[in-house]
Amino acid sequence: MSVLVYTESDQGNLKKGAFEVASYAKAVADQLGTTVTALAINASNTNELGNYGVNKVLTVNNNDLNSFSAKVYANVVKQAAEKENAQVVIVSSSADSKYLAPLLAVSLNAGYASNVIEAPSNTAPFTVKRNAFTNKAFEVTQINTNVKIIGVSNNAFGLVENSASATSEDFSPAIEASTVTVEAVDKATDKVTIADADVVVSGGRGLKGPENWGMIEELADVLGAATACSKPVSDLGWRPHSEHVGQTGKPVASNLYIAIGISGAIQHLAGVNASKVKVVINTDAEAPFFKAADYGVVGDAFTVVPQLIEKLKAFKAQQ
Amino acid sequence: MNILVCISHVPDTTSKINFSENNTKFDTNGVQFVINPNDEFGLTRAMWFKEKQGAKVTVVNVGGAETEPTLRKALAIGADAAIRVNAAATDGFSVAKQLAKVATDGGYDLIIAGRESIDYNGGMVPGMLAALLDANFVNNCIGLDVDGTTAKATREIDGGKETVATSLPLVVGGQKGLVEESDLRIPNMRGIMMARQKPLTVVDGVETTDQTTSVSFEKPAPKGAVKLVAEDNLDELISLLHNEAKVI
Ligand SMILES: Cc1cc2nc3c(=O)[nH]c(=O)nc-3n(C[C@H](O)[C@H](O)[C@H](O)COP(=O)(O)OP(=O)(O)OC[C@H]3O[C@@H](n4cnc5c(N)ncnc54)[C@H](O)[C@@H]3O)c2cc1C
Ligand SMILES: Nc1ncnc2c1ncn2[C@@H]1O[C@H](COP(=O)(O)O)[C@@H](O)[C@H]1O
Repeated sequence: MSVLVYTESDQGNLKKGAFEVASYAKAVADQLGTTVTALAINASNTNELGNYGVNKVLTVNNNDLNSFSAKVYANVVKQAAEKENAQVVIVSSSADSKYLAPLLAVSLNAGYASNVIEAPSNTAPFTVKRNAFTNKAFEVTQINTNVKIIGVSNNAFGLVENSASATSEDFSPAIEASTVTVEAVDKATDKVTIADADVVVSGGRGLKGPENWGMIEELADVLGAATACSKPVSDLGWRPHSEHVGQTGKPVASNLYIAIGISGAIQHLAGVNASKVKVVINTDAEAPFFKAADYGVVGDAFTVVPQLIEKLKAFKAQQ
Repeated sequence: MNILVCISHVPDTTSKINFSENNTKFDTNGVQFVINPNDEFGLTRAMWFKEKQGAKVTVVNVGGAETEPTLRKALAIGADAAIRVNAAATDGFSVAKQLAKVATDGGYDLIIAGRESIDYNGGMVPGMLAALLDANFVNNCIGLDVDGTTAKATREIDGGKETVATSLPLVVGGQKGLVEESDLRIPNMRGIMMARQKPLTVVDGVETTDQTTSVSFEKPAPKGAVKLVAEDNLDELISLLHNEAKVI
């Protein structure tokens, strides 16, 4: 028996989210009185997983796994779960993990709970709390099957240091040919993604037009943040679809969310409410976002944002 | 092409979410139900296939009689036929099993579902359905073209997008991008009248065992009041974010 955690990497390095799911796996393993095995595919820095409580790392190195295929990867995770006799399998909430988890659930005959925000409240019956109704509520779900899959919501559990010394074992699963072939990837490699970002800077229709996004990008740059936008902004073509956040866009669960010129419609708030701290900058003191935010500035973005950039630069220089 | 569009019946995005029976049931009192937005993008893309390439479009929902107005709306938008599997949608896996039966019986080669339902946000039905059918699967689908039995799809990934090549039978988990917001159709009078003549077949569900059970619900704790910072005192904001919130 063990807890298996699938730790994702990007260009050969484990992602920050990998350490969060490892931390979560350690909490579950402690509850069950067992150990944590991580599965890492084509990643080099796997020894760092020990710092988050991982006891053993199954390392897979295979060029056939260079591009992500949900079905092929799910099959690799399945073989690792069977080899380790895993009772619980932990994955993240990245787009790729959410893609493979349902496939894995069917092949392992396992119940799957997604968007889980806390360690299990009970292990018999196995009960977890998850985000539902797009952050308007939480649902307590019981998983009834022998093998369980948990998708951990981004930034919900955080990193928990828990030193173990991780041993490493080469793992060579059978790899099938993919029937969904990636032909082209269009991804900015120098930018933080909304899913991985600690800080997200988001702009709304109050910014008047795409030509004014320079200051949003600059503010994001200073903070090491990802950029996002409200739905009308992407519908108008001012920003790409991939930046649209909210109930019908990407979910945001960052530590800090800065909303600039966004009114705070219910559909927008639903998708960003899982962020820990929210700041709003808006000319209208009556904008609904002020009711959802922790900090607010009533003011014109065109004067506030440039000043904030200068002050943050000075602050960062001092740090 | 024989297309099946999976329609989840969900509370309108403006709904206030409340629970009843000691926080164990979603309180539907006063709630407007709609086609899940992700499914509406998928249905509209299916209509495009029907009009441009020739296809039959069937919509399906797993649920009680209360979901029929939502299926009728899909018929009014232009679907040819509707199926309701008369079973409670209490678990993603069970719903996927019901849909797999419908998909096999009807011989559909393209199945369009949504990335997730905006109520329970499970994000599991399309992938489970694909696995049960042993069909190809593209999630977070923001573009789809089909030529004979080959398909090209664009998928949103974290930080960008990718294009993939695959073949039918195919299940997609769709979302905005599959068509644009401005392409969505509001049913007109003629569509609504025609929908009344179209078949809405009710079928019995197969036996399934729920893998997960919803135990109870909670609402987030009410938020404290916002701290306002004057626009000429942004140092204060930085200090609050650094010392109090500890996020920068
Ligand atoms: C089915 C459905 C799904 C939806 N899903 C989403 C979703 O996922 N995400 C989403 O974002 N929306 C969604 N919406 C849309 C949502 O209802 C709102 O229309 C949208 O969020 C408003 O965007 P906004 O705040 O950018 O624009 P507006 O509501 O126009 O607000 C602009 C704000 O900018 C402020 N402002 C103006 N000038 C300045 C200035 N110089 N400086 C500072 N502030 C300024 C204004 O006071 C105002 O508050 C959805 C709607 C529907 C019907
Ligand atoms: N009860 C249902 N009936 C038909 N389709 C459903 C049902 N529940 C979910 N789906 C489909 O599966 C998608 C993802 O739903 P979910 O896995 O519940 O988040 C939805 O967008 C629908 O296309």
